[in-house]
Amino acid sequence: MEGFMEARNLTFLFYGFTAAWAILLFYVITLARRGAQLKKDLEQVKRLFQTAPEEHRERIEESVR
Amino acid sequence: MRDRIAIALAGAAAGLLAWNLYKMFLVLPDEAMQGPIFRILFFHAPAAMVGMTGYFVALVLSILYLSSNQLRFDALAASIIEVSLVFSLINIVTGSIWARIIWGVWWTWDYRLTSQLVCILIFAAYLMLRRGIDEPTQRARLSSALCIFGCIDVVIVWKSIEWFRNLHPGPVLSIRTGGGHMDPAYERVFYWNLLALLLVGISLVLIRTRQEATAREIDSLRRLAHAQ
Repeated sequence: MEGFMEARNLTFLFYGFTAAWAILLFYVITLARRGAQLKKDLEQVKRLFQTAPEEHRERIEESVR
Repeated sequence: MRDRIAIALAGAAAGLLAWNLYKMFLVLPDEAMQGPIFRILFFHAPAAMVGMTGYFVALVLSILYLSSNQLRFDALAASIIEVSLVFSLINIVTGSIWARIIWGVWWTWDYRLTSQLVCILIFAAYLMLRRGIDEPTQRARLSSALCIFGCIDVVIVWKSIEWFRNLHPGPVLSIRTGGGHMDPAYERVFYWNLLALLLVGISLVLIRTRQEATAREIDSLRRLAHAQ
């Protein structure tokens, strides 16, 4: 009985650590995907401004940096 | 520069976490009463502390925004709250898994647990509110007010184990009890893991803040393009 409890205890410890890392990993993946989306949006805005006046172009270059 | 700092902090956190995991599983013995499951505490409580610290920093930033109307304070508060929410979720999920073994239930409507759940719901509402409002100053004003309101609950979460009779264990760290509740060897690993999670949190906030600034810039450029 004690051995069973010990094994159960260890199984739940594994669940706990897995859950903690899974939540953190999920958030990091979300951040990476959001970053990629922002890059795409920035490219789109850059294209929008390709024909824009000089002062606006400078602002875009600044934001890309 | 900010990216490099974030990478350096994440690297330091990864090294520290690896060292802490080695200590937790290969050096420290099982806790006498709870057995191996006690090790969840090394993530459960530091995650709560990182989350709460984040909410209090966001509170200061929200007050700064309301008194100065500078949107950078609001952007930083939003980034910090998002990261803090992740740590609060880690706290509540790991706590529930620990409770299943020690209390025999996944959940109980104890003051500590309930106030933490309310805290998560308030700050989830904060993020939803921000998604729902397009106008930046209105969004910043309302979300700052909600952050201040949410921090009242954070104080209740923090102090609930002293104010009320709970199923949740009372304070065990020597800085709150004066010692005698937790073995110093356990406490050392606890603090090292707190530092590691804090570094993870700071690096995530740096990345998130940069994204927030880029999003704001894209938004203003789009407005400029439409105004042309």
